Amino acid sequence: MRNGRTKTGMRAVVVVFPGSNCDRDCYRAMKAATGTEAQFVWHRESSLDRCDLIVLPGGFAFGDYLRTGAIARFSPVMNEVIRLAKRGVRVLGICNGFQVLTEAGLLPGALLRNRDLLFVCRDIHMKVEKVWTDFTNQYERGQVLRMPVAHGEGNYTIDDAGYRELEANGQIVFRYCAPDGSMNASDAPNGARGNIAGIISREGNVLGLMPHPERMSEPLMGGEDGCGIFESLLSAITA
Amino acid sequence: MTEKRLETKPSIETLLRENGLTREEYDRIVSLMKREPNALELALFGVMWSEHCSYKNSRAQLRKFPVTGPQVVQGPGENAGVVRLDGARSNDRTCVAFKMESHNHPSAIEPYQGAATGSGGIIRDIFAMGARPVALLDSLRFGDIDAPRTKTLVSGIVAGVGGYGNCIGIPTVGGEVVFHPSYRGNPLVNVMCVGLVDEDRIFKGNASGVGNIVMVVGARTGRDGIRGASFASEELSDADPDKRPNVQVGDPFMEKLLLEATLEVLDMDLVVGLQDLGAAGLTSSAAEMAGRAGNGLYIDIDKIPLRETGLEPWEIMLSESQERMLLVVESSKVERIEAVFKKWDLTATAVGEVTGDGRFTIRRGTEVLAVVPAGLLTDQAPVNIRPWREPAWFRNRIPASHSALKNYGDWTGLLKKLLASPGLASKRWVYEQYDHMVGINTVVRPGSDAAVLRLPEGKRGIALAIDCNSRYVYLDPKLGGAIAVAESARNVAASGAKPLAITNCLNFGNPENPEIYWQFVKATDGIAEACMEFSTPVTGGNVSFYNEYDGRAIHPTPAIGMLGVLDDVESHVTSAFKGEGDVVALVGRTLEELGASEAHFLLTGRDEGIVPALDYDKERRLHAFLVEGAQRRLLASAHDCSEGGLAVALAESALQGGLGVFLEWKDDVSVAAALFGESQSRAVISISPDKWEATETLLKKHRLSHIRLGRTGGARFSLRCNGMPVIDCEVAELARLWNDAIPEAMK
Repeated sequence: MRNGRTKTGMRAVVVVFPGSNCDRDCYRAMKAATGTEAQFVWHRESSLDRCDLIVLPGGFAFGDYLRTGAIARFSPVMNEVIRLAKRGVRVLGICNGFQVLTEAGLLPGALLRNRDLLFVCRDIHMKVEKVWTDFTNQYERGQVLRMPVAHGEGNYTIDDAGYRELEANGQIVFRYCAPDGSMNASDAPNGARGNIAGIISREGNVLGLMPHPERMSEPLMGGEDGCGIFESLLSAITA
Repeated sequence: MTEKRLETKPSIETLLRENGLTREEYDRIVSLMKREPNALELALFGVMWSEHCSYKNSRAQLRKFPVTGPQVVQGPGENAGVVRLDGARSNDRTCVAFKMESHNHPSAIEPYQGAATGSGGIIRDIFAMGARPVALLDSLRFGDIDAPRTKTLVSGIVAGVGGYGNCIGIPTVGGEVVFHPSYRGNPLVNVMCVGLVDEDRIFKGNASGVGNIVMVVGARTGRDGIRGASFASEELSDADPDKRPNVQVGDPFMEKLLLEATLEVLDMDLVVGLQDLGAAGLTSSAAEMAGRAGNGLYIDIDKIPLRETGLEPWEIMLSESQERMLLVVESSKVERIEAVFKKWDLTATAVGEVTGDGRFTIRRGTEVLAVVPAGLLTDQAPVNIRPWREPAWFRNRIPASHSALKNYGDWTGLLKKLLASPGLASKRWVYEQYDHMVGINTVVRPGSDAAVLRLPEGKRGIALAIDCNSRYVYLDPKLGGAIAVAESARNVAASGAKPLAITNCLNFGNPENPEIYWQFVKATDGIAEACMEFSTPVTGGNVSFYNEYDGRAIHPTPAIGMLGVLDDVESHVTSAFKGEGDVVALVGRTLEELGASEAHFLLTGRDEGIVPALDYDKERRLHAFLVEGAQRRLLASAHDCSEGGLAVALAESALQGGLGVFLEWKDDVSVAAALFGESQSRAVISISPDKWEATETLLKKHRLSHIRLGRTGGARFSLRCNGMPVIDCEVAELARLWNDAIPEAMK
């Protein structure tokens, strides 16, 4: 074990906000998929030990009565997350974690209330648009993944210029689609612009997505389509 | 209700009325206390002796329930029941804590908050036992979907259930949604919470150890929900929007903090006893904790953290502000507890002390405001055995004519109507608003007969279901009560789990009406008998009376929450057909039973007829077959055959699996009964052809009759019975009707 890395070679932390509720799920799924035993980090910590991956899990970080993620970005740990992200550490934001990343300015755009104003929890399909990223290198280009969503505010939005930029830079990593891979606006469970389910930072080290890969990482849970994200990270980090 | 009330000395009659006490109860209080109570003391008696807290009208009947068994670790009387998963074997210490509670009246007045705080209250009951909550289920009942206000209630209550569970991160994995005119104006919101706890780590609500410190933790106390317990013990009427201040407001984020902080201090072994602050707030928690330990305690109300100024002592003592707990701790541990709660941004405040005098004392600084022997509040409430009377119609009941159903002719049309009726239509619109996967333990999601969860460690799993056909209970309370237990056990067994124990929520009208009380007595007789027969003891539950709106009672609704266990969670079975060419069979016998059926109600709008018979022995053998069939991996699917009969059960399995069927069979009952009769102890199974022989052998072993109906496959739902084509249509068309009915109605 070099530099305190686990034997599988990835040092991961899961940030715990008071209202995080997918923190343990992320831990379990990462362990099942890659053998990585992540460390939990309380949101009041202002510095992190050396790590390769920071996961911002799903949940309702501070109850999210105001706007999802709006308070979480002021947690002491977020300064450190921003600092490390700028130095290239990989950051994965899932659901509420994605919302926090947009609030913290690490990813562009914002997540509004779902198109029909109802919370939605079900399996969706999404297409892997980019396989060059550290988060998707184990998938095939155009691969259709089945993955659960569970959110009230997953309606990704961004202005025209920002959208063009995302497309031009290849930052749109996942888009909602039909099971056969075809794509209509109605395939997005929340009305997201361009069916965006997940995007990556320009530098390629920060990824946010609304679907929950950790809920689809074991056959007993309905499938393993989510494992690829954790396996891709492991492969990128230990390469 | 004015704040000055206590100072201006109103008449005894006024005080009694305001506290919901009768003159006889007052006389009983005076004789027990050997003096006249002061106004604050009377207020304590008012809430503690309310039906909601004291079960004074139900206690005598609840004693009939079987409450013991090798699996029972904690029966009724604590915050929640606890059962061991491996029965008497003791090598595994994993236990399940579970309980169900109603929040009907608050939800009728303020749907979102009523439903949300219903979830909040039962979740606290579970973690008060030291258990980590892992699942919620909800039994929701509404008036007919087109009745005024139904849609408002549905969207508000569903959003409230989801809003609370989703935020706190406990999956809502199942339950039921029922529509019937009897629930107009008085919807039912019954929430069941399930948690896991190691047998050595179970905590109880005991205020033991004289000199120990009493702490209030969590949210501050405000004026909300004052007298909620008394409000729950009255009937509803049109004037009730005025009661909105009686409804508490929930804060699931606060509850999440309280949950984590509480489990943390329990883990650190800092707590002697604890209880949530629910109905009747501080009063009931403190009195019950002292009562159970045979101790006394005092509370200094000056120390209680308040959300607003100017609260009167009685308001503080009766407030039902949410997200609070009462802890009893050794004095040396107070500081460490404060530190943990501070980490979670919560207050933990020492407010009193356990005493050896057996008295519940309320002080303000050094001034004593009330002193009542704790046991008087908790154990000495009158036990009323209400008079009951069998209604004349029941004595003289005659079988209903089912000519409307028998002569209907268009069976395909009738099936379509049933699938498009809100009671039988897909509930996806509801459960997709609930996060049913958080925690990554949900192996079988909502929509099947029971939810199945894996346990964090080991191979085992648990199955959970809530059931009650209230039409049966209305028409024949004893048989209906027994069938509610049988059906919830069947749901669990169809999932491959052995039924283990139940909790319940007994929703009835006004018990002072002898015909309502007759329903209660008979339904509890039926539940007690069935629980005995199935060896599924009652571990706790809740009684909700006075479910009436403008003088009309709801259908009696004893909802049964069943817990089952799977030795290997991977052997679970769902109700969906799985593959083309599988054999489809009906297990159990169909009798000429059309009474009390969903189809009859749909065609006539009437609840009438003879409720289908229940044979315990047959039912038990069916459960044993389903569990063994699952364990031996014989069954591709299994589905309870209930409301809507065989036709609806087959359609549900086909629609969930996205597969057609071609079935052809003979039976010695009418086509109407074969398709839509609701004979008990039946299930629809599908089996891969190579396993059919072994399945037949197993059916024989369990002495169960069966009919091999045909095969799955194709895009049509095609049924031929007694040589005639009876139902034939595209699966896609049925799917559209079944899927769209509720979303369309809710638009």
